[in-house]
Amino acid sequence: MSVELTAQRRADPYLDLEDYDPEADLMVLNVGPQHPSTHGVFRMKLYLDGEVIVKAVPYVGYLHRGVEKLCEKLTYTQVTPIVDKNDYVSPMMNEQAINMAFEDLLGVEVPRRARWLRTVLAELQRIASHLLWLGTFTLDLGGAIGGGSTLFLYCFRERELVLDIFEELTGCRFHYNTHTIGGNRHDITPGWAKMVHEAISVIEARTHEYEAMVTRNGIYADRTRGIGVIDAGLAMELGLTGPALRGSGVDHDLRRDAPYHAYDEVEVRVQTEAAGDCMARALVRIREMRESVRIVREMVDGVPEGPICGHRPIKLATQTKIKAGQAYACLESPRGELGTFVIAGGGSGTACPYRLKIRPPSLHALAAVPYIMPGHMVSDAVAILGSLDPILGEADR
Amino acid sequence: MSFLLHGLLYGAVVGSVLLTVTAWAVWFERKFSARMQSRLGPTIVGPVGLLQPIADALKLMQKETIFPDNADRFLFRAAPPFMVVFSLATAAVVPFGPDMIAADLDIGVLYILALAGLMLFPVWIGGWASNNKFALLAAMRGIAQGVSYELPLVLSALVPVVLAGSMSLSVIVSFQAEHGWFIVWPPGPGLIAFGIFFVASLAETNRIPFDIPEAESELVAGVTTEYTGMKFGFFYLAEYLHTLVSAAVAAALFFGGWHGPWVSGLHWFVLKTLVLFVSIFWIRWTLVRFRADQLMRLCWKWLVPISLVVLMAAAVAVQLGEGR
Repeated sequence: MSVELTAQRRADPYLDLEDYDPEADLMVLNVGPQHPSTHGVFRMKLYLDGEVIVKAVPYVGYLHRGVEKLCEKLTYTQVTPIVDKNDYVSPMMNEQAINMAFEDLLGVEVPRRARWLRTVLAELQRIASHLLWLGTFTLDLGGAIGGGSTLFLYCFRERELVLDIFEELTGCRFHYNTHTIGGNRHDITPGWAKMVHEAISVIEARTHEYEAMVTRNGIYADRTRGIGVIDAGLAMELGLTGPALRGSGVDHDLRRDAPYHAYDEVEVRVQTEAAGDCMARALVRIREMRESVRIVREMVDGVPEGPICGHRPIKLATQTKIKAGQAYACLESPRGELGTFVIAGGGSGTACPYRLKIRPPSLHALAAVPYIMPGHMVSDAVAILGSLDPILGEADR
Repeated sequence: MSFLLHGLLYGAVVGSVLLTVTAWAVWFERKFSARMQSRLGPTIVGPVGLLQPIADALKLMQKETIFPDNADRFLFRAAPPFMVVFSLATAAVVPFGPDMIAADLDIGVLYILALAGLMLFPVWIGGWASNNKFALLAAMRGIAQGVSYELPLVLSALVPVVLAGSMSLSVIVSFQAEHGWFIVWPPGPGLIAFGIFFVASLAETNRIPFDIPEAESELVAGVTTEYTGMKFGFFYLAEYLHTLVSAAVAAALFFGGWHGPWVSGLHWFVLKTLVLFVSIFWIRWTLVRFRADQLMRLCWKWLVPISLVVLMAAAVAVQLGEGR
């Protein structure tokens, strides 16, 4: 059989291998759950004709911790530190998403100061998350012992600056538990804004370097252009959100289209790329970093005065009577639409959610794997998976 | 009898020196790459981590040798030593100084290229005997890559041979000492041939951006996936040895070997080899890797045609020079 190296635009994920070529001597390669480049414990079964993928079957669930069920046994305020660990690359987003849903449910008003601070934190987290993504994506392309790790470590160096900012504010470098229902726990410290300015200036300068490293490197371009093309129709069909959707040319960003926090007070320039390949997704993320830098710079000095938290969170868990009801809140996490759907039961046990459902963008991104991988080579499978930026902690929960 | 003694003595000296240099080349690469990546590299074992290679070797020796299920044990065992032997054997014909050569073969260049070809066998044997799909894929890639890059390697190595009119490395170096280094004179063929030889050497030694047989982000650890302890250590050692020897051969073929301004001798050869060696590191820690088909395209569409043209140009240059 002659091997066609150009990938089909949209492969059949349910391809019957008998239909493919009964004569073909296919090899089944099991990639993951323990593999250096599956971004955690993702597993995929690749049917290979030589080195070309004929069919890709994704398996998720190796990191299932039963978070949603656990949340049913915890009071509303106790849920925050648990969901921190979902998307372990951007914990700030998890906290915000879940607390936004609870605030909707309870009808709690968030003070303007807290909303501004949340916006700044969200954008800083986006920078940190995209930096980590750029590093690991390059690692997928270039290998841990070689050029890939160079950009990886550069990205981690800059990410440290953001984590230092978070540490100064919350005392934690990660898993902050800084958001609560009705506001934030930690107020801005003196000198924090200056620290933010210094960090984002460095990061902004470096993102230009990184963009040059990505776009002007011939090998990098060869490895990413035309690889893993998701057309706009498929992207919407699969429910892709975030950079994976915008990389396919769909102009959709919750920060602009359904403003939350203080995004209605700031201009968000949505970055899109038409190509839909790995390079497009990379460029969207790099530009988003720069966009986030701009938003942070605009907002960090103007955080309005006032209370940082509208509620006394300690009282809420035990003393507030919560009526039966439901709420859905979503925000634009670095990976896309991170939504939380919560149902509160009336009667006894009202301090805990009756049912909680998290909509992780990573799970939907992984759904694209069987559509876009066939036709590519094993090396590309790693690049494609990396470009989708899946976080298995979030996909499996 | 004296020939045998000469060979044994030189073999022992060159072998042990090369192995020692290789061990600290690993240390150097770790320090060098660490500096490139704003890290510190090894610092704990000995001053500035200088004893790190010894610690690494001791650690590797202590490790258990694990044989995968249904592995071909004999071949699995055989592959790593072959790697080291073949890469060490190349050094036999490299002239380190005016009279410092273990075996001054008349067919030195051919011998080196033949050994470079033989290096493919341990890769394939190791990959096949591991009974591991990742290793098998890696070995498959390694063979394809090795066979392809053999061509530009041979063709570009033939340019100095044509220019000097001999296959003996010592004659090639002496010729350069007399008439100028091939990298600069005659202008053109030598420089381009060196470029191709360098790229092909990178591919032959499986260095990034051509390290697809290893490709640890795709194929876990490539051929060495199932190897543990010193068996893995041998592969690792051979890789560095091969790189070092390739740099030495390139220095001898194109940079005039031990010849240099003021006082010619071993120091010039070492300096040139190390400069080439470091540039290989530099490339390794800068670039990402090619995909297998892109690698083949580069070889067959660019390197092979260009090296053929360069070889012709060198032959023409020689003819013109003689006609004068």
